Amino acid sequence: MNTTTLGAGPGAARAPVGDNKQGSLSDAERLDRAMTSFLRDFNTTSALYLEACVHCGQCAEACQYYVQTGDPKYTPIWKVEPIKQAYKRLTGPLAPLYRLFGLKKAVTIEELEQWQELLYDSCTLCGRCTLVCPMGIDIPSLVLAARHGMQEAGLVPDDLWGPTERARREGSPLGATKQVLKERIAWLTDDNNVTIPLDREQADILVTISSVEIMKYPQSITAMARVMNHIGASWTFRSDGYEATNFNMLSGDRTGQREATMRLINAALAINAKTVILPECGHAYQAFRWAGATMYGRPLPFRVVHISEYLAEELRAGRLSLKSDARSMTFHDPCQIARRGGVTEAPREIFRALGADLREMGPTPAGNWCCGGGGGVITIHRADSLRHRVFHLKMQQVEDTGAALLVSSCSNCRLTFDDGQDFFHWDKTAHSLVELVADNLAERH
Amino acid sequence: MNGASVLDFARGPVFEIALAMLIFGIAWRLVGIFALRRPVDYSEPRAGTGWGSGLRMIVSRSWPRREFRERVLHWDIVSYIFHVGYAVAILGYVPHIMLIRNLTGLQWPGLPGGVIAFAAGLSAGALLALLGHRLTSPVLRRLSNFDDYFSWLLAFTPLVTGLMAYYGIGGNYQMVLGLHILAGDILFAWLPFGKIMHVILLAFSRGTTGAAYGRRGAPI
Repeated sequence: MNTTTLGAGPGAARAPVGDNKQGSLSDAERLDRAMTSFLRDFNTTSALYLEACVHCGQCAEACQYYVQTGDPKYTPIWKVEPIKQAYKRLTGPLAPLYRLFGLKKAVTIEELEQWQELLYDSCTLCGRCTLVCPMGIDIPSLVLAARHGMQEAGLVPDDLWGPTERARREGSPLGATKQVLKERIAWLTDDNNVTIPLDREQADILVTISSVEIMKYPQSITAMARVMNHIGASWTFRSDGYEATNFNMLSGDRTGQREATMRLINAALAINAKTVILPECGHAYQAFRWAGATMYGRPLPFRVVHISEYLAEELRAGRLSLKSDARSMTFHDPCQIARRGGVTEAPREIFRALGADLREMGPTPAGNWCCGGGGGVITIHRADSLRHRVFHLKMQQVEDTGAALLVSSCSNCRLTFDDGQDFFHWDKTAHSLVELVADNLAERH
Repeated sequence: MNGASVLDFARGPVFEIALAMLIFGIAWRLVGIFALRRPVDYSEPRAGTGWGSGLRMIVSRSWPRREFRERVLHWDIVSYIFHVGYAVAILGYVPHIMLIRNLTGLQWPGLPGGVIAFAAGLSAGALLALLGHRLTSPVLRRLSNFDDYFSWLLAFTPLVTGLMAYYGIGGNYQMVLGLHILAGDILFAWLPFGKIMHVILLAFSRGTTGAAYGRRGAPI
């Protein structure tokens, strides 16, 4: 029988794989850990959100899981019911009244176990619900807070916990260790006749990678190198800080999230980087661009950009020049980069520079449908059939554009598209924006 | 108790207690929220501090974004009929304005009684429709709790009793008016303790998200 270890805290112990529980804690201990985590996470922002909900149910209408199934359990605010219950009963200003009149019952271990599916399998943290909520409640931030408690309690789906634990142990969730990276770069250099700097001691730019790219789309690494070399940037990959994918954030592992973040920060500091470029990975962008400094505890001494932002900047500066590619294309805005990240214009600047016939999906970028694989959902195999169901929405959205080429700027989305393409025998393949740029670099004269 | 004494009771001590509960309750709830830890965001903003976006979202989220209108706008309109009708009835009726003038010194011209009755009737109808929706929608049934139904009842009662008093329905006028004022008192007293507090919290929660998304340059 396989065994796993609970990575965080004193409960580290062996437990059988397959029951979607980690560690050998008693139910009471699991509950206690979850509640302690919930209480630790409550702050003015989460309190405002938990107090303001008027139970209007509109978030359901924005959620791909509810829209595709009609099952009310997928109502986004319902997915955070245990943390809401804990807040109202234990922390909120009316908590004594809730307890006195028995209006909020104590959270039970059974509820937490039951909610595992709602917090992990059926939420990609896509944030459409935030945009529809009349109270402006940012539900994904509450889901993440709830996941912190679930991780502490050892109640994470095994399929997600596995890569999370591996990231703590090996520095990469998918086995893209330092050694694997070095080997990959060595053969990519040989096969493609491209210079890929690794471990330079000084460089202006630290370029980071997603493990999905290392393991599944290594051509992305070559593409990044080609583009950076074309621009003439002072850049490097670093074997002590390359992995930008932060699965620990997705499972709710705060310690692991911080460790993964600090590896990148330390690598950037070691080479005196002025800029850190994040790869085509939505959650990497969220974890490092928007949560990185908070993990560090102070502002970062370098700037952080997504690769598409960097390319748009270089286009504007005239250091990146592209050949024309006039094919009809549509662009899938990754939720964490566009809707929740704010990068919406940069990829469109690149399409304009290519002279592409860009056919926008409706709606996008703010209301774009998620690919269905974010938030760690792509790793959870028991959720596959549900994920395929919601992927239908995405397929339809792409088909409606009539574009010949589907492009995105997130390798996790690309992985989800590949899986959906395979499952539905769909004729559309998702392509990488960076690879598209690399394929269309103008000759230098 | 006869009508006159119910009226005196509702206008006198109960009103004062309700007002005290309203003010104390709102303060209690806000302090309870804002006394918690304040999260610090050290990330470099893309687009300013986000304050402007926060203020903008307080206003803009009053109407659903284009992407969602097809699925939610109809119930938003019903909800607006309820809210606007309610506001017109509260703020446009001359006796209510006199009460506000006595309390605050502020006053403004009132609307004709017929307009008020029409607004209150529309509001009550919309409120009934919203209750029907809550009882029949699987999503709302799943989310609803005591607060949702109790707050609905406390919002509905002043409307009905107000209309009864205006049209002279229900016998003794003083008794009906007394019950109307009593219903208003209870609504005031309950406001900070249930979902009706959203009238205050709405600006804070919208503003918080608007500011957070605004500093990222993300759509709001």
